[in-house]
Amino acid sequence: MKTNVTTDMPLKIAIASGKGGTGKTTVSVNLFHFIRQSWTSRVALVDCDVEEPNDLIFFPGAKLLSEKEATLPVPEIITDKCTFCRKCVEYCEFNAIVVIPPVKFAEINPSLCHSCGACLVACQDDAIIEKPYSIGKIRKYAVDEQAVIVEGLLKIGSAMQTSLIKIVKKEPVNNAEVILYDAPPGTSCPVVTTTADADYIILVTEPTPFGLHDLKLTVDLLRELEKPFGVIVNKAGLGNRDVYDYLEKEDIELIGEIPFDKKYASGYARGELLSHIPEKMENIYRQIVQDLKEKVSDYA
Amino acid sequence: MHEITLLSGKGGTGKTTIAAALASVARDAVFCDADVDAADMHLILKPEILEEHRFESNYVAKIDDDNCTRCSKCVEYCRFDAIHYKPFGGLEINPFQCEGCRLCERICPVGAIHSEKNNNNFWYVSNTRFGTLVHARMGAGEENSGKLVTEVRKKAMEIAKETGARFVITDGPPGIGCPVISALTGTHKVLMVIEPTKSGLHDIERLVDLARNFEPEMFAVINKYDINTGVTKEIEKYLEENSIQLLARIPFDTVMVEAMLHEKTIVEFKPASALSKMIKEIWENVAKTAYAEVTK
Repeated sequence: MKTNVTTDMPLKIAIASGKGGTGKTTVSVNLFHFIRQSWTSRVALVDCDVEEPNDLIFFPGAKLLSEKEATLPVPEIITDKCTFCRKCVEYCEFNAIVVIPPVKFAEINPSLCHSCGACLVACQDDAIIEKPYSIGKIRKYAVDEQAVIVEGLLKIGSAMQTSLIKIVKKEPVNNAEVILYDAPPGTSCPVVTTTADADYIILVTEPTPFGLHDLKLTVDLLRELEKPFGVIVNKAGLGNRDVYDYLEKEDIELIGEIPFDKKYASGYARGELLSHIPEKMENIYRQIVQDLKEKVSDYA
Repeated sequence: MHEITLLSGKGGTGKTTIAAALASVARDAVFCDADVDAADMHLILKPEILEEHRFESNYVAKIDDDNCTRCSKCVEYCRFDAIHYKPFGGLEINPFQCEGCRLCERICPVGAIHSEKNNNNFWYVSNTRFGTLVHARMGAGEENSGKLVTEVRKKAMEIAKETGARFVITDGPPGIGCPVISALTGTHKVLMVIEPTKSGLHDIERLVDLARNFEPEMFAVINKYDINTGVTKEIEKYLEENSIQLLARIPFDTVMVEAMLHEKTIVEFKPASALSKMIKEIWENVAKTAYAEVTK
């Protein structure tokens, strides 16, 4: 494991959920807002839901600082040098290479390639070179001088979402003191990659059978990863009390409860979360941020 | 035989709720839960499992500590930063970071690394009160959910063919990445479940851009349309410009959540309601296009 030698490493908090649509983005955007107000202005929000990034919708005034292509090195076979020995085909675990010796055909399918480099090691004839292949874009925006938002945008048709998340997380975020990672839904590799280096994880759930079922899956995952986490129940008041019973039985911390409010949902719908925050919501988020600040000082 | 796949781009728009409701009105159909990452359809369909199958996914590499000479050649070659120095000496591979490319195994000079297939994934063929359901359970943090999506769909199609069922109704995954690409490959019809929010619209545009490459017939329903009628209008305009037929505007109603709490579809819970009528109409409209093609 890498060791942190510097004393001012940023604190990393990931927001995840399992089930989609429970309010990850709503919580991330609000935490970003209230952390800036009552904790530190040096905060970064990184949208790791690269398939469907939505954080920026809520910051229409954010200024674009930079945009760049995210690429992976994808191999190419130089047919003139290739002896069609098929060793690269044998090495490729992802079935991305087709070599047909009788017709001297050799080609790599970039959409199946994982850029592992095995074929380069396999090739004895120097017939494989690597070229950058775009899997999406990384955009960085400034909300003010100190607060930034980074967004990864997967290229339509690319299946390399996990690789893009890794690249997005490497984007420097100036000298942020707190970094928030808004995770994609699900429980598979993109979520693991998003939460891998987080100091603390906030799981957002809703008190419905679907919400609870997917929360359990995510809790199993985080326990296997040995990550500290707590839960925010969003849309409280809908559904039933089963999720609370589960949290109590499993001794999982309830960080906060955000009531369901149709008017508030309508504001989210318009892309307005931060312009008219009801006082009730404001108090809840302020409390969550306050508790978080105290709690995470133990982890940092 | 026609496969109808429910997709949404954004998560939590109501795909599963609507897929389960359609299951309760569809005749002649096999059901498939292709959201293998966070499968929820079984919570409503209450399957009685008939067959359980293990699904082998990718390889995961492991270092044999006794043979390892700590030369760290593997660390240098691994492009996924999956191999780490242990705090008290030696090397280990983080199974969650390992991509299963087996390059470390091949370049290890002393043969101290070997790979094993991960077999934490299962898929099932089950009986439900509406018909056969093919579904899956993925191990936590697993890779390759795309391959598992392909597997459950393949099985659902096979069963439909064997039993002469006319339709497969597939509940798809969120997003536009690898599992969605697997769900779109070869499907006949896509029913998009859209939520009238800026996020919902942004996400459906990306999904449509992806889906076009596969040329399915596309339909849409706007779920909870009255959460924001302004955005609903924007979505309607977008659908019209893209020649996607809008089949229904479903209002927000907490009775949907109530039905879920009773582990029932809306059609079972409130059969005489306007919502149930709407579900029946959606199904009739989708099925009609399939029958029309059959008779052509």
